Amino acid sequence: MKREKPKLVSEDGVRHDGRRLDELRPVKMEVGVLSNASGSAYVEFGKTRVIAAVYGPREPPQRYMVLPHRAVLRCRYHMAPFSTDERKNPAPSRREIEISKVIREALEPVVMSEAFPRTSIDVFIEVISADGGTRTAALNAASLALADAGVPMRDLVAAVAVGKVDGYLVLDIDQVEDNYGEADMPVAMAPSLNMVTLLQLNGVLSPQEFSQALNLALKGVNEVYKLQKETLRNKYLVRVE
Amino acid sequence: MGAQTEQRVERVLVTPGDKLAEGDYKILTPTTAYRVGTSYYSSIVGLLELNPQEKSLKVIPLKGSYYPRVGDVVIGIVSDVGLTNWELDIRAPFPGILYAVDYLGRAINPSKENLKDFLDVGDVIVGKVEVFDRTRNPVISTKGKEFGKVVDGALVEISPVKIPRLIGKKGSMQSLIESETNCKLIIGNNGRVLVLCEDKRYEEIVVRAIRKIDVEAHISGLTDRVKEFILVEKVKRGLVGNEERKA
Repeated sequence: MKREKPKLVSEDGVRHDGRRLDELRPVKMEVGVLSNASGSAYVEFGKTRVIAAVYGPREPPQRYMVLPHRAVLRCRYHMAPFSTDERKNPAPSRREIEISKVIREALEPVVMSEAFPRTSIDVFIEVISADGGTRTAALNAASLALADAGVPMRDLVAAVAVGKVDGYLVLDIDQVEDNYGEADMPVAMAPSLNMVTLLQLNGVLSPQEFSQALNLALKGVNEVYKLQKETLRNKYLVRVE
Repeated sequence: MGAQTEQRVERVLVTPGDKLAEGDYKILTPTTAYRVGTSYYSSIVGLLELNPQEKSLKVIPLKGSYYPRVGDVVIGIVSDVGLTNWELDIRAPFPGILYAVDYLGRAINPSKENLKDFLDVGDVIVGKVEVFDRTRNPVISTKGKEFGKVVDGALVEISPVKIPRLIGKKGSMQSLIESETNCKLIIGNNGRVLVLCEDKRYEEIVVRAIRKIDVEAHISGLTDRVKEFILVEKVKRGLVGNEERKA
């Protein structure tokens, strides 16, 4: 029983939830939300809600993991059973293992792991509520949590997804747009270094559309990046008064 | 007051990836700032201290874990007893190794003596990091009259990055607390502080003052606030008021 595709973008460029084509969902960010972790962050993109916790640098739980020249970065992306419409089996799925890996690889270029040889830095990401764009939200939360833990990193990683829906390129697509859209392209960047650390593309885009989409992502990434920095500063600025 | 005005270097809050300066500077804190070409960037949430005269910059972290360095004074807690050495928890990613030869000053025979009789799990040790590099666990030494097993006092844990603030410029904050309360502080670089007070009534004041420094280290005017805090606490507990009334 497949439902019919709803109309997602109206003629005057307004999306199904009232956003413009190049508009992010309402974003909320907070750091230091967990007291037991070295650093933590909560990130909300509309109905997508994610918590990230960072532990370490600490002794790796297993001897075989240690690297003599740098810290190992361990990442776990996990979706809570209650995060989706239908209960999700809490056991790590193929998809979650893969996302854990791409998140780790998106963070590795910025984390200065060479400063902590023979240790491990652990990042745990829990998706509380999923409504599309969870990997980008997870990445934003993870990079905030790392900064909150005081782990040296070359830059923050900011991420956002661009999609093609009803023939339009739209910023920060949500679940419905992803389900019925033609393409989904998550992009993560270290903006100060002008470095792309994650780029995936699901669907079909023409070369022109691709470069347009990348520019749109760049715009979104910079917005997210600004919010991340503001969040980190606010933690300390509030107390001054 | 000359030292006071010197301390007023402007501090700016920076986050990872923020551009700090351009040109030729010397980085005094190598893990918290880095250089690409001629630009300098922060790698941490911290306070930037830029010194254009001396062409130097440093970023003081606001949060972070302890990473051992040779020469650090550390306060460790025995976590494991081996045949010829103890393992200490020094709040670092590695256990601190304390050799029996070093602690006892003589060789021991593991078949006749048990190290548990000298130090057991949970005992507190003040020592110094003697050897440490990226390939080995830090070796702790207790040679020196200020080092050894702790038998008295209060142990306070604060964030290791706040330790320089607790010591102050040339030990100013430490000597302020010590002179105001007649207590002695043994400060470990790993964020543990041992408070030794002859008069136990002062102990709690010192512990609270240290906690206050931990929370408010990044806000300027800390020394004055701590001084006032100690005075207020002393009055509250009737440690100053009585003498003044007598006078």
